[in-house]
Amino acid sequence: MFWIQAFVKIALIVGVLVNMAAILLWVERKQSAMMQDRIGPNRAAIVVGSVRIRAAGLIHSIADGIKMIWKEDWEPTGGDKLLYRLAPIIALVPALCLFAVIPFGPTLHVAHLRDLWSPEWATETTGTVIPMRIATLDVGLLYVFAVAGAGVIGAALAGWSSNNKFSLLGGLRASSQMVSYEVAMGLSLVGSFMIYQSVQPGDMVNWQMQHCWGIFVQPLAFILFATSAIAETKRVPFDVPEGESEVVAGYFTEYAGLKFGMFASGELVEVCTSSALLVVVFLGGWQLPFVQNTGLEFHYLGIDVSWHWAHIVVVLVGLLTFIVKVLVLVFLQLQIRWTLPRFRYDQIMMLGWKILLPLALLNVLLTGFGILFFNGLPTPGAMTP
Amino acid sequence: MNDASQLSLTQSYGPIFMIVAFSLFIAVTMFTLASLLGPKNPTPEKAIPYECGSESTGAAHVKQSVKFYLTAILFVVFDIEAIFLYPWAVLFQRLGVTGLVEMLVFLTVLTAALVYCWKKGALEWQT
Repeated sequence: MFWIQAFVKIALIVGVLVNMAAILLWVERKQSAMMQDRIGPNRAAIVVGSVRIRAAGLIHSIADGIKMIWKEDWEPTGGDKLLYRLAPIIALVPALCLFAVIPFGPTLHVAHLRDLWSPEWATETTGTVIPMRIATLDVGLLYVFAVAGAGVIGAALAGWSSNNKFSLLGGLRASSQMVSYEVAMGLSLVGSFMIYQSVQPGDMVNWQMQHCWGIFVQPLAFILFATSAIAETKRVPFDVPEGESEVVAGYFTEYAGLKFGMFASGELVEVCTSSALLVVVFLGGWQLPFVQNTGLEFHYLGIDVSWHWAHIVVVLVGLLTFIVKVLVLVFLQLQIRWTLPRFRYDQIMMLGWKILLPLALLNVLLTGFGILFFNGLPTPGAMTP
Repeated sequence: MNDASQLSLTQSYGPIFMIVAFSLFIAVTMFTLASLLGPKNPTPEKAIPYECGSESTGAAHVKQSVKFYLTAILFVVFDIEAIFLYPWAVLFQRLGVTGLVEMLVFLTVLTAALVYCWKKGALEWQT
């Protein structure tokens, strides 16, 4: 049962992520069209008899996929053939695996599905339990950093094995930029770990459920993490590794068809995953304000509302909340692409090492003093875990 | 409180191997589709590395700035320090002032290293 559960969740999540890449391609085009006062994609259509189904341009993504599959499959002379073929696979696989530890909804207790009114379900843990995450790891977010680090290898290998000067330069730029921002990204979350006392995303959401959203206790870390996450995905304004006016297409210059598509969809999947991470660590995960495991609970300003929901409703509301939060952040990330111009390479490195890194260290110090200030000064070992 | 402690090692990490296998399957399928279905008409001109239309000159693996190498070394140093901070951060509320003072010493050394790199010009990219 456990393994069937795991397989269904994996198939669902990875399937959704792969399709999200196609949908985000459409969102990106429509958004840019709106911002530049154009119509955007609207020509591709599925013709059924005399009816043309255009789906507001969504068919273009499908057409692109089909076109990419039937593109000529060619390889450049020279270079390392094995590494050249491995690179797109290494770029896509870590992007798809990142989601494994992210909780996307409240735990589903199968035994409570039949009882429509059972406010005490949260205390009982009998029967089949379906946690809304693929894997529950004790290392939690460390897994995310480890796998995200593996994404660098794909870009570096692609640049090295293509036997092209632009590719090599793009690959070097990509790997150099990604490792720089990984340092800032890793340090920016230390403050959150200090407050949540855990590296597990599930514990983080529970803490935020009991207290307040992480963005209110770690506002600086939110900005630092969001900035370095966008830099990690190598999108505008951090897209010098693939900046077309400087290095053609960077490390995937020599890739065509679906092999190029693997790099592109890996990038869009990373946008989704980094948004999901931001939601889990800083924006309360699947949490809605005033909604507890039992339903709506509002006990402020002299108003006492206690509205119990059925278990299935609580779970569905949680799932929907998570999806909406992630989509809003994804939309904002895409919007940044059409708002900001590209940074110069020295500006990117300066931002990473001279601004984000010192600010992340400062954030650790501030959080430390803040916790000691608000908790009083605990003697070592006095507090229970 | 700790969800992971209720699961065995296989139950924790098994799904990870499953998602890696599943993602590999998808990636390899995409790659194979492109190789099988794409037409193949290679000509010597087509296979030349792209260089804006002009003929490729010299080796592709030309010398690159030593800055990239420096960045890689700095990354190893600072990323390991970030990893050292994690166990301390999780336990911080139980360690109290002692923990903070100890970590202040560590962070001072770390900041000194950053300042040293900065002064030495390791972080400068405008030449």
